[in-house]
Amino acid sequence: MSVLDSKIPAGPLKDKWSNHKAHIGVVSPANKKKLDIIVVGTGLAGGSAAASLAELGYNVTAFCYQDSPRRAHSIAAQGGINAAKNYTNDNDSVFRLFYETIKGGDYRAREANVYRLAEVSNSIIDQCVAQGVPFAREYGGMLANRSFGGALVSRTFYARGQTGQQLLLGAYGALNRQINAGKVKMYNRHEVLDIVVIDGKARGVIARNLVTGQIERYGAHAVVLATGGYGNVFFLSTNAMGCNGSAAWQAYKRGAMFGNPCFVQIHPTCIPVHGDQQSKLTLMSESLRNDGRVWVPKKLEDAKALQAGTKTANDIPDEDRDFYLERRYPSFGNLVPRDVASRAAKERCDAGYGVNNTGKAVFLDFKYAIEQLGRETIEKRYGNLFQMYQKITDVDPYNYPMMIYPAIHYSMGGLWVDYNLMTTIPGLYAIGECNFSDHGANRLGASALMQGLADGYFILPYTIGDYLAKEIQTPKINTNAKEFDEAEKHVTDRLRKLYDIKGTKSPDHFHKELGHVMWEYIGMARDAEGLKKAIELIAGIKKDFYKDLRVTGEFNAMNNELEKAARVADFLELAELMAHDALDRNESCGGHLRTESMTEEGEAKRDDEHYRYVAVWEYKGENQAPEMHKEPLEFENVQLTQRSYK
Amino acid sequence: MADKILKELTLKIWRQKDAKSKGEFKTYKVHNISTGTSFLEMLDILNEQLVEQNEEPVAFDHDCREGICGTCSLFVDGRAHGPDDDVTTCQLHMRRFQDGATITIEPWRCGAFPVIKDLIVDRKAYDKILQAGGYVSVGTGGVPDGNAIPIPNDKAEEAMDAAACIGCGACAATCKNSSAMLFVAAKVSQLALLPQGKVEAARRAKAMVAKMDELGFGNCTNTGACEMECPKSISIEHIARLNREFLKAKFKD
Amino acid sequence: MSNFFTSSIGKKFIMSITGLFLILFLCVHLTVNLLLLFGADAFNAGCEFMELPVIKVIEPILALGFIIHIIWASVLTLQNQKARPTKYALRNQSKNCTWASRNMYILGALVLAFLVLHICNFWLDFKFGDVANETVTQYELVSQKLAQPVYGIIYIIAAILLGLHLSHGFWSAFQTIGFSNQIWRKRLEYVAYFFAFVFAIGFSVIALRFLIFGA
Repeated sequence: MSVLDSKIPAGPLKDKWSNHKAHIGVVSPANKKKLDIIVVGTGLAGGSAAASLAELGYNVTAFCYQDSPRRAHSIAAQGGINAAKNYTNDNDSVFRLFYETIKGGDYRAREANVYRLAEVSNSIIDQCVAQGVPFAREYGGMLANRSFGGALVSRTFYARGQTGQQLLLGAYGALNRQINAGKVKMYNRHEVLDIVVIDGKARGVIARNLVTGQIERYGAHAVVLATGGYGNVFFLSTNAMGCNGSAAWQAYKRGAMFGNPCFVQIHPTCIPVHGDQQSKLTLMSESLRNDGRVWVPKKLEDAKALQAGTKTANDIPDEDRDFYLERRYPSFGNLVPRDVASRAAKERCDAGYGVNNTGKAVFLDFKYAIEQLGRETIEKRYGNLFQMYQKITDVDPYNYPMMIYPAIHYSMGGLWVDYNLMTTIPGLYAIGECNFSDHGANRLGASALMQGLADGYFILPYTIGDYLAKEIQTPKINTNAKEFDEAEKHVTDRLRKLYDIKGTKSPDHFHKELGHVMWEYIGMARDAEGLKKAIELIAGIKKDFYKDLRVTGEFNAMNNELEKAARVADFLELAELMAHDALDRNESCGGHLRTESMTEEGEAKRDDEHYRYVAVWEYKGENQAPEMHKEPLEFENVQLTQRSYK
Repeated sequence: MADKILKELTLKIWRQKDAKSKGEFKTYKVHNISTGTSFLEMLDILNEQLVEQNEEPVAFDHDCREGICGTCSLFVDGRAHGPDDDVTTCQLHMRRFQDGATITIEPWRCGAFPVIKDLIVDRKAYDKILQAGGYVSVGTGGVPDGNAIPIPNDKAEEAMDAAACIGCGACAATCKNSSAMLFVAAKVSQLALLPQGKVEAARRAKAMVAKMDELGFGNCTNTGACEMECPKSISIEHIARLNREFLKAKFKD
Repeated sequence: MSNFFTSSIGKKFIMSITGLFLILFLCVHLTVNLLLLFGADAFNAGCEFMELPVIKVIEPILALGFIIHIIWASVLTLQNQKARPTKYALRNQSKNCTWASRNMYILGALVLAFLVLHICNFWLDFKFGDVANETVTQYELVSQKLAQPVYGIIYIIAAILLGLHLSHGFWSAFQTIGFSNQIWRKRLEYVAYFFAFVFAIGFSVIALRFLIFGA
């Protein structure tokens, strides 16, 4: 047995979760009151977990870096949430949702986890409805569904283009109820900077109060990380400005292994970069591909004219438009999975057919849908997205096609967890985007919300009991223990080191530099040579960073620059690991495209013989190469095929 | 459509070291700002400039930068979220400003939102109001099927209109009375419209209004400024519903 | 009903109910006053009507209505002032609400100032002065006062201020008691403007009549 024990229960796929639940430990109500749990992050996963655990009777302490738990970036999810309800009678089932998710993830996720996700998906919808989430309804009063990429059935529940917001506010409401009941102690504007491990078990965290700059200690019998993804390592992404990988990264350095760090998702429909003053990319919901048609000109001279600004989209007649997704993938058309759509856009733009001044954009056109369905229907479906687009770009999408381009959106990789969602540090859990588990090498649209809430509402509250049942004899964690001293000193020293460099360049400066390297070499297409170059370049930026960083402001006070510096320091290390992982995986799968491994038609080509595993990285110390462990992936219920959406 | 360059802008920005200090306006200049730049990106540019001069950058709240998290909060040229309608500050773009303009930037001014630093205010008051009852008291699990209770499309839509609130605080910040009624109304109204929320509608309305009063927000005089400045265009019809719910609840007591 | 009158909505409810009651009074007042346009007999007859016992009973209630409306307005305004200890350096309120809605307290105070003058001018005379002593008729007293340019103009200005106050107050009262929704809001706003217009014009026309044509 390797160091990794995924704890996947035995038995047939469909019985694994129920059998597992039936046999794991449970803590009695009287004992729950004596147990403390820390939850870091209050998005869909963290918020729902904190609320559910508190309802069970545990004492929960929750942290978020934002000024309110309601602002976690789950709020920005637009399109919807999947569930295998089969309300539309189109032959959906738990198995189909499982199968499409496994296939969408290009067979790089665990069967058992994904099946469980599909299994609990229905309960999520019921739960959210009960909380008062105003999902879209049909005139008869029943829940409405729409289609999403990579799925052959219509199973996505939605609340206009603000599904993430509504689901998060539902979880936030549940959390508020527990805060009011005194069962959750909520710390806003607190950033967790280290995990405290005592005798091999996670026993607390060190957090910085972002208002006062104080370093504070918190102890608990178990720690749950729900800190989201690390897409911001690319600087420009659809993540919020504050999203970071620091808590997860520090957990890694404390012994939690990191799974598939190179798997990041590039979302095909984002507003293109407009200039070097840009701080952030804005996502336009995937749901737009339900009615929008993606195209570039057929003729290169038309593309050139568009780039030069001498022609507009409306000057190009239908017969000169290349609806390349419909052409290449007739069965899924504009609704191919995100990785496929992104690569197809890049391919066209690289061939010179880009449609804006930078040559890095394609059209997403609603003309046809408006002609067919009428403006009113389109307005009802996407009104708020269209308004957002117009505010940002000053272009009216009712009259002129949207311009879109892929951008970094989500990280499938993350802390490695077993079937119980526990990392390799006992008592440390990772849920939601923070863990690596359910999406393989590519996540399907509307599945992130599903996973976050599944973990938080219906999985962790059960599995954490198995661990805590053995902890009922453990008294309250003493935060004066030497391990807390050491961890606090570690955090203070690290921040002090950054603060004392007193160089000349801001954290953002280095973050941007890193972002350029990441996008160029570890972005949509990767190759061995580029990855090696990236490793060199990142090392160079890191060296400069520790030589020339300037952190203005005061050390022991609110200091956004210090916050950013600490995050960038972690991103620089994470970037290196991502590059190593990408280099090591010499196959293409999902969002990870190695140009060395492509089919003749330019599609990603997996190498199941050599790479059918999760790459799990173990930290070995400062300036030491990390060690990679493999968790082999067994597929007993689906047949591995070359993914095809044709 | 095409972006232009604003050669020079003068920024009058409120600087305040911390909650206890007395603040003041400071004047800065930024140059060559593209009209396609967002307002916050313009502030990023100013901050880079300040770091270069070894000065402390202007602290301001922001996160998602796509108008949904509700973190950004500036009072720009006398208006919450600036001169554009139906947007948050992060969605405000520089094409709204003229070259050579002087732009005044202040934090939310509201007794219940004390300034923490520069342009950052503490909006915990809004969390507290929701903690008092802005939810359906239902635990995880043991709930009926999502389709068990049909909800008319128009009710769901109206509830969604209210639920769109992002809790940014523009309503109280812009209200001449610093009233938080639109914020409270949005939640009370959303849940009062849905059968799931009706069960405890009376308790909710009373608890949330009591908390709002306790936290020192002012009294609504129905000026309607909140709905005009609300980046999500939440209507004050929801305030009417809150009043209705509250009066109904109180008259039953 | 515990704490109802100390809650913000409770306090506003009082403003709303007293306000609507005062509007009711204004309707009667304007109707009687308009009789001035139809000559002395009509107006004097109207005044006789106002002497009926039922009106007598309402009078102190009316006074109470005024007093409560004024006191609560002051309490609310004071609290509202306190809710924003630091003011904005720059405000651009014209973009988001009407002038009248922002200045209800000032409008109300001006109307109150007028009210005091008005009581001195007529009400005291009606009750305890020349009219009560039957040395002049009601019509004579009113027409002679309004024919003086100072009074005539003050009355016209007051009518306009009252109209502005009502342009917001009427609709606002319904909003506060919860009687408004997507459909009714527009209707109530129109009714409010109609009322405001009728009161402003109605009272002004009377003053104008005597200003131009004399007593």
